[in-house]
Amino acid sequence: MSIDLSQFIPSFLEESFEGLELMESSLLNLEQGDDEAINSIFRAAHSIKGGAGTFGFNDVTVFTHLVETLLDEMRDGRRSIEQNDVEILLGSVDCMRLLIEAIRDETDCDTTKIEENTKLLEKTLAIEESSAKTEGDSNAETSSSEPNQGISVWQIDFVPEHHLVQTGNDPLLIFSALAELGEIIVVAKTKELPLLNDIDPEELYLSWHITLTTESTEADIKEVFEWVEDECLLTITQEKAIIDTPQDDVTQQDEASTSNTTIPEQQDLAKSEIKSAKATDTTQSSDKAVQKPKAETVGSIRVGVDKVDSLINLVGELVITQSMLSELGTDFDISKIERLTSGLDQLLQNTKELQESVMRIRMLPISFAFNRFPRLVHDLSKKTGKDIELILKGEQTELDKTVMEQIGDPLVHLVRNAVDHGIETSEVRIANGKPAKGTITLDAYHQGGNIVIEINDDGGGINRQAVLNKAIEKGIVEAGTSLTDNQVFDLLFEPGFSTAIEVSDISGRGVGMDVVKRNIQSLGGRIQVQSEEGKGSTFKVNLPLTLAILDGQLVRVGTETYIIPLITIVESLQTQTELINRVSGDMVLYRLREDNVPVLPIYKLFNISADSEDVEHALLVVVEADGQKVGLMVDDLLAQQQVVIKSLADNYQQVEGISGATILGDGSVAMILDIPGIITAALKMAQQTHTTRNHQQAVGVIA
Amino acid sequence: MDIQELAAEIEVEGEYAMEGIDFISSGEQFLTFLLAKEQYGVEILCVEEIRSWEHPTKIPNAAGYIKGVINMRGNIVPIVDLRIKFNIGEPQYTDTTVVIVLTVKGDSKSRTIGFVVDAVSDVLNADEKEIKTAPSFGGFVPEHYVNGLVNVGEGVVTLLNVEALQTIEPHQ
Amino acid sequence: MTKILVVDDSNSIRDMVSFTLKSAGYQTVEAVNGKEGLDKAQTEAFDLVISDVNMPIMDGIELCGELRKLSNFKFTPILMLTTESSGDMKQRGKSAGATGWLVKPFNPEKLLATIKRVVR
Repeated sequence: MSIDLSQFIPSFLEESFEGLELMESSLLNLEQGDDEAINSIFRAAHSIKGGAGTFGFNDVTVFTHLVETLLDEMRDGRRSIEQNDVEILLGSVDCMRLLIEAIRDETDCDTTKIEENTKLLEKTLAIEESSAKTEGDSNAETSSSEPNQGISVWQIDFVPEHHLVQTGNDPLLIFSALAELGEIIVVAKTKELPLLNDIDPEELYLSWHITLTTESTEADIKEVFEWVEDECLLTITQEKAIIDTPQDDVTQQDEASTSNTTIPEQQDLAKSEIKSAKATDTTQSSDKAVQKPKAETVGSIRVGVDKVDSLINLVGELVITQSMLSELGTDFDISKIERLTSGLDQLLQNTKELQESVMRIRMLPISFAFNRFPRLVHDLSKKTGKDIELILKGEQTELDKTVMEQIGDPLVHLVRNAVDHGIETSEVRIANGKPAKGTITLDAYHQGGNIVIEINDDGGGINRQAVLNKAIEKGIVEAGTSLTDNQVFDLLFEPGFSTAIEVSDISGRGVGMDVVKRNIQSLGGRIQVQSEEGKGSTFKVNLPLTLAILDGQLVRVGTETYIIPLITIVESLQTQTELINRVSGDMVLYRLREDNVPVLPIYKLFNISADSEDVEHALLVVVEADGQKVGLMVDDLLAQQQVVIKSLADNYQQVEGISGATILGDGSVAMILDIPGIITAALKMAQQTHTTRNHQQAVGVIA
Repeated sequence: MDIQELAAEIEVEGEYAMEGIDFISSGEQFLTFLLAKEQYGVEILCVEEIRSWEHPTKIPNAAGYIKGVINMRGNIVPIVDLRIKFNIGEPQYTDTTVVIVLTVKGDSKSRTIGFVVDAVSDVLNADEKEIKTAPSFGGFVPEHYVNGLVNVGEGVVTLLNVEALQTIEPHQ
Repeated sequence: MTKILVVDDSNSIRDMVSFTLKSAGYQTVEAVNGKEGLDKAQTEAFDLVISDVNMPIMDGIELCGELRKLSNFKFTPILMLTTESSGDMKQRGKSAGATGWLVKPFNPEKLLATIKRVVR
């Protein structure tokens, strides 16, 4: 039988990457004498080595063996844990990642880094035990490679200890293994056998004398007894060599022929193995030729059994409800209306729970996104010479896998930013009466239907005047504009803005906070900054838990129903005549406390008819995106509900002002409004018609 | 009404009569329908289903012939009124107005669109050699939508290119 | 049908072992660590246990020791999957009651050949 091992490689890669992450995070937190941590690091390396060996990734095996040897010394207490060793191990983790990524991408790995690290590891290991040889290779089994010596007769005495069978070993199976080597004659000796009354059925009282005629070597025979050698008396003596069979002689000896049938079979196996190895080789090379895209895009989720179980339970409940309802329906009369209502309530409950459970399958703890930060901060603090402690909180907070994948990079940027621009050097901190060690805290928690991720640093805070000056210098705001603190901090997210005096190596070039903000917005989220000079800053990222479902406010305009994402809604109100201001012709502003909010009638935007086109006593839903508020004029506010987002582009195309569609309870389709899109479009329109005359209307600053 | 029912209702002559939907013939099969008095045909393999007219949800600022979208078993399917698109007959919506839902499978994804027509008429078998190229002086239907013409008795059926029909012109 | 309990914390190895065994006509039950393996062994009987040594929560050696305490596992063959080809690990396995061991890396053929040595 030949089994294609390549099918297990994706799962090997997946667990290897997980193992590497675990190694990395444990190494970063490694303290002297933390046996459990060292053990788990060792275990991860060990598993990777084992898997790599099994699936034939030799360079990984060889490299990981060195890592494992070093870890083994630490585990045994033969080596104390020095910071230097931890750095080497961290570098080794990077190398292992490179090697495994190369397997995943089916590319060649840059070996220079691997070689450097190998030298470092070898040097480190040599210091500790220059005399001791590295284990493993020397232990490779060599028995089968001994030259064949022709057919001999062997006399074997096998006297097992009484408890042999209690280790699961079975003499009969040992004899069949021997029979595969050649022809055997087995004679059982019963003299130890006690009287029936004295027999303990769990003990073995027999011993055997075996005559084996075989081509095999003594080592081959010993191997059969390998598992029991400590639990028996075993003597193996070679009686005589019958015939010296030259190895290339194909004629089989009569006496050996029957039992030797297995040998060609084994050769077949070996051949088929080579064949399959060749087959995978060719597929790999042809894959390379067509430049296969990274395997990363193949999405898979590992789901906890508990989640699947809860799903199955819920489906079970749903089936019960369904059968109850259909039974009710077969002979329904009005007297059963109460049961129907309660049945429908139950159905609603089941459906809701089922939906939540299904969504939970896509949910992963945010630790998947957080786990890269200890290393990042460790490396960055080394690079900048700043002493920084990273605190992670709420790592078990769950969010959608897709959101998680896309929030990683923006978070990295924010953390880098906190290290680079937030935390001061120790000297400055001490001079300001702060602890020398700076702290960056990442915190995640659920709030309503959203997840909030806070990136907090106890650094110098944002210098309001510096930001303002820079913005003026860059022409983002006009000099003399009066802005609130929040409006000033929002300037950080303007395209082309960077507070670093020079573009630093850490915060990266070209990618600014505006990109961070855009990425977060494209996920349907928002970002806010709070900062106090001298005390630190907090970036607060607000994200929907999932991209597939949103909490919506249903509104009606004429005969159409639209959905406004709840996260964008600031408030809903009935207009009061005295607060309505008309400016420059047809532009209507509504005074909402100190803000002047432009009014956008949806009927005008979408060119449909509405019940009322009058702004007075109209319903306004005030929404906000990009720091800009607008009032959407609607005829009626309907229910709030969760809706499943469906794409319009699948069968149609993207529509301006619409982010997607959903199916309502009655089976009809409703459009979901794209609030940032509508606001951008409306502002563009307003700017075209009114040029710059009205820019006092704008809340904050519009680029 | 789905295509199976429709096929069952259509009388089939000769040796294929007993075989219901599987009346394989050498040529291709087309579903024919009416726009005003004119007969049109589309490849039957593209026909997903035939449904009666229901009011779709409007798509903001879409072209006039795009009536909106409907929910077809959880899929959002746009509805195109071919009478408006080709400017043939009067776009009236009555109980007998039907929507032919057509799917074209692409390499990676398929696209499904419903087309409003006046009535569904027949299933037509046509050999490749029976399909004549359309004369290139224009009627209302632009040339690139037309695959050819087939004579049926005294009349003529215009075979439409479903992929071309499904192309949606970008907004504005 | 011969039923085999496969205990390994590595998905890929466990999958590979289990797949190989199933292809050869054995029935398999999987567990991701010694604790889970022990739980499963307490509720059903197996003809063979194949277990990794290095695992979190409960390692293979401990599992082996615990299994031998169960009355219906007294004579059940237990094979340890080990990368440690050193005698030390084998010895620890033996003294915990393991029947034998299979040294990693191994291929499906070697796995099946080894199994033939412990199940009829």
